Amino acid sequence: MTVEVVVTGIGATTPLGGDAASTWEGMLAGRSGVSALTEEWAAQLPVRIAGHVAVEPTIDRVQARRMDRSEQVALVAAREAWADSGLAESGIDRERLGVVVGSGIGGATTLLAQDDILEEHGPRRVSPHTVPMLMPNGPAAWVGLELQAQAGVHAPTSACATGAEAIAWGLTMIRSGRADVVVCGGTESVIHPLPIAGFAAMRAMSTRNDEPERASRPFDKGRDGFVLGEGAGILVLERADRARARGAKIYARLAGAGMTSDGYDIVQPEPEGKGGARAIAMALADAGLDRTEIVHVNAHATSTPVGDLAEIIMLHAAIGDHVVVTSTKSMTGHLLGAAGAVESIATILAIRDSVIPPTINLDDPDDKVDLDVVAHKARHLEVPAAVNNSFGFGGHNAVLVFVRA
Amino acid sequence: MTTRDEYVAGLAEILEEVAGVNPDDVAEEKSFTEDLDVDSLSMVEVVVAAEEKFGVKIPDDEVQNLKTVGDAVSFITKAQA
Repeated sequence: MTVEVVVTGIGATTPLGGDAASTWEGMLAGRSGVSALTEEWAAQLPVRIAGHVAVEPTIDRVQARRMDRSEQVALVAAREAWADSGLAESGIDRERLGVVVGSGIGGATTLLAQDDILEEHGPRRVSPHTVPMLMPNGPAAWVGLELQAQAGVHAPTSACATGAEAIAWGLTMIRSGRADVVVCGGTESVIHPLPIAGFAAMRAMSTRNDEPERASRPFDKGRDGFVLGEGAGILVLERADRARARGAKIYARLAGAGMTSDGYDIVQPEPEGKGGARAIAMALADAGLDRTEIVHVNAHATSTPVGDLAEIIMLHAAIGDHVVVTSTKSMTGHLLGAAGAVESIATILAIRDSVIPPTINLDDPDDKVDLDVVAHKARHLEVPAAVNNSFGFGGHNAVLVFVRA
Repeated sequence: MTTRDEYVAGLAEILEEVAGVNPDDVAEEKSFTEDLDVDSLSMVEVVVAAEEKFGVKIPDDEVQNLKTVGDAVSFITKAQA
């Protein structure tokens, strides 16, 4: 008998709000967190819009100067999720507590800032905190340190599938008996000219600079690429029997996960989404659910011309035309390594509150989008079971299935 | 001519900025690691900031001899002479 795993804590900091509740409120209201980049460095870029976190990370000044911004937002979300779980009060054996937190790009802004110092002032002035700030496992390590987690601290990296993959590994960690509780999710903070120039050079980003709030428009005919966002999402996963025994608040059950790889192209999605479809099938089998039981999908849909359509084909093949779809990236922008975690929180709260957040800016759906996408306004609907899709550059596919607990 | 107290005050500023040490706790007899809780990476920052502030060179093999604030003041005083 597989060990059941439930979600007992959530935390997020996103372009819509400084915590999970305000992020959710923003989603249900159909707000955009995207705005114009007013920094001087942005003027020369082809892309001049992004979604900064709505609330600056609240980290003690001295600690903050030792942490990359991606580490800071991860810690903010982890503190919220931990407090929400009630585990601080009820207690836990730290040797049974694990952490899985990843990022897509890591401490790139630290690397670039320290390179500026190296060039200008020489090697002696480079901060001794540089390496722990830029290492990709840094966010996981800081969260683990804060919570004194000793069952293992891990940092999967799979570009935009990272957040979902981290949650999938958290599930595995508990099922395999390595931990009773895992704090897991993703983080990203790379609003800096170099990553933006890099993504823009790939022609992957929206250049709708004059209408920031309308730039992220998944499934719409006018979509022209994703909008970069920053933030973090963290879940507390816990053995269901343990959570029930301590009378914990339970948001949903993480019933299954599926992970596959395309083996197709370093950045292009396989045009029919076959790898994603296999991941969905795997996740459903893992959850012991039939495809007809899935009511809702929080889609990966980043607002790119090719990716959104590949996902539609995939959803037809793997779930069916009954499913009600949304892309919350229309509001948050694309949080890269944090996306899968923030969107898992949206999926969980859709189950809890029986309401599906909208895909804003879907004014004129692409002719090939022949699924029920919740446009403009949130829709009330019972959601006993839902899927969260995440796909990343490199051909990574990570799919999570949440069900009502 | 800078007095020892002025060097202590200067180091206290650096210690507050880099490691969050309360300036009131900084005195000549205080040990950086044991009394003021400055970890090894922060000590590197303190040394580099002190070099810049006081216009001296503090070689790495000298740093291990700077156990207390007073040790640092003595080294800087001598180096500036």
